[in-house]
Amino acid sequence: MKLDLLHMKFILGIICLMGIQMGMAHTWTVCTTCENSSIKEAIQQAAPLDTILVQKGTYLEFEILVDKPLLIKGIDYPIVDGEKKGEIFRIQSDGVTLDGLFIINVGVSYTKDNAAIRVVQSKNFIIQNMVLEQLFFGIYLEKSSHGKVYHNRIIGDAVDEYNSGNGIQLWYSSDVEVRKNHVQGTRDGIYLEFSDQIIITDNVSMDNLRYGLHFMFSNNDVYSNNTFENNGAGVAVMFSKFITMKNNIFRKNWGTAAYGMLLKEINDAEIVGNTFEENTIGINIEGSNRIDYTDNDFIGNGWAIRVLGACYTNSFKGNNFLYNSFDISYNSKLNDNVFEGNFWSSYTGYDLDRNGIGDVPYRPVKLFSYVVNRTPETIVLLRSLFMDIIDFSERVSPVFTPDNLQDAQPLMKIRP
Amino acid sequence: MMKILKYSFYDLIRSRWSYVYFLFYLTLGFVLLFLNNDVSKAVITLMNVIIVLIPLIGTIFGVMYYYNSREFTELLLAQPIKRSSIFMGQYFGVAGSLTLSLVLGLGIPFGLYGLLRSNAIFDFSLLLVTGAFLTFIFVGLSFVIAIANENKIKGFGYAVLLWLFLAVVYDGLFLMSLIVFEEYPLDTFSLVATMLNPIDLSRILILLKLDISALLGYTGAIFKKFFGTDLGFLVSMAILFLWTVLPILGLRHKARRKDF
Repeated sequence: MKLDLLHMKFILGIICLMGIQMGMAHTWTVCTTCENSSIKEAIQQAAPLDTILVQKGTYLEFEILVDKPLLIKGIDYPIVDGEKKGEIFRIQSDGVTLDGLFIINVGVSYTKDNAAIRVVQSKNFIIQNMVLEQLFFGIYLEKSSHGKVYHNRIIGDAVDEYNSGNGIQLWYSSDVEVRKNHVQGTRDGIYLEFSDQIIITDNVSMDNLRYGLHFMFSNNDVYSNNTFENNGAGVAVMFSKFITMKNNIFRKNWGTAAYGMLLKEINDAEIVGNTFEENTIGINIEGSNRIDYTDNDFIGNGWAIRVLGACYTNSFKGNNFLYNSFDISYNSKLNDNVFEGNFWSSYTGYDLDRNGIGDVPYRPVKLFSYVVNRTPETIVLLRSLFMDIIDFSERVSPVFTPDNLQDAQPLMKIRP
Repeated sequence: MMKILKYSFYDLIRSRWSYVYFLFYLTLGFVLLFLNNDVSKAVITLMNVIIVLIPLIGTIFGVMYYYNSREFTELLLAQPIKRSSIFMGQYFGVAGSLTLSLVLGLGIPFGLYGLLRSNAIFDFSLLLVTGAFLTFIFVGLSFVIAIANENKIKGFGYAVLLWLFLAVVYDGLFLMSLIVFEEYPLDTFSLVATMLNPIDLSRILILLKLDISALLGYTGAIFKKFFGTDLGFLVSMAILFLWTVLPILGLRHKARRKDF
């Protein structure tokens, strides 16, 4: 009986405590002229599940540790200025929400990855409507999961790769949604390392030094409806499995080693409905197997698809290849990939039975692309009459290009 | 000289060849735009035509005109007119009328299809300028060949051979040497080799101004640096100009010494 009573008391106590907490869910206001003029102090005073409202103003603070579930909300974008001294927000608790702050001047360090917002081993976080400028790393998620990074604006001014950081970085994180963010002028716009089940949608990543989006050892991720423009090298997907890439736009990634998309050691992926426009290389593929390329548009690229060895059982179906200098480039004589039912703007065949499918197979690999692979300088001879003649004779009777590399059912009309 | 120029010019127009040439480009322009409906894409297609056909037509026209008007030339030589002005007049008459046909023939359809409102206007005018340069260069070269060869067949043969060499064979040799010497740095070599052939030079100039310049970013950093800048553009234009002047000087030289 005694034990029971004790038990009851204990439970009652807990209920009371919770009641107090619920009832007391307090709202703290921070402003430059208030009693609370520091975000750091407000966090210390606040109890879990409280709300902290940060009024308009400038707060010179850094290394702000959020170690309890709080909602920290900025009103009219208050400025949190780290004065280049170090990290600014560090979240180390589940259930934290950051909303509507303007964070500037993250300290650059060569030994620590200082971030504007770092989330460490936390769950159920929401980071939204933030503006980050003059940063090193932007939002850094470390071993965190089940969170949301929504509608943030990250504007860096990176000049060199060695002293700049990534816009949004996920490291050993899972089940995170990254939506409607705008990242520009950082090293990698969005970087994933060892992160699984991540959803990346509706983001814009542009003018970044290296990649717009970068995957490393991350599996089962989805990215869709994003725009990647004018990055050092578009999107790099490396050493990952089961990635779905849908309806993204890759534009104007120009340069000596620039790609719309770089696939390296990628297996079992799906690439559907993307648009590759005016890139030096649309997709650069290396050692990637069992990938379905469907309904993509390749418009005005130097190389639409460049295949560099060890790519097996890929299928290219229903894509539009429009006005690319080279549609497909191979560097081996072996082909194990299927090309079927694509539209090729340089197809010159006919369709006598009028079923919408060309009667003559199309050979997308030009001999010239082989020559260029071997001796890159020969690119000077692009579109010269001599090369056209050689390409024509190769197309009539293939000697150097894989004999079975052809689209046996090229579409006569562009896929809408 | 102006009188003879005028005479040659009207002579060509009367002979209807200028009209044929003009109509050819007019049709080409309209058909390309009708099929493509996109000015910038049509400009790319047009480039292929321009760098191959213009030199060919320039060469053949030049040789033909010289041989055809030989008797008239001899008649003029009996008059108290300077030799150089006779030949210069004929040369500019032919080259001028061909250029006019080209510019009008392509300009009219493109103008009608709203080129002026499109941002492809610069690419297009570059196309026309290089086309004009190529006309002058190849008419000049063919005049030199014709004046050096009394034998019509031989003259024709050499002229066509010259075109074949510059349009096709040169690129073949270029390619071969690039592949043979692939172990060496070839940037400067390819730059110089391009400069030495007016057809290649025009092709690269047009390519770099079009969207395909993305492609040259791949390896041709040095190309992009050279042709992509204003200096490179001016230098290559100067070299095209040099290519135009050289045959003219050759023509004057030959004409002065030739014993008719």
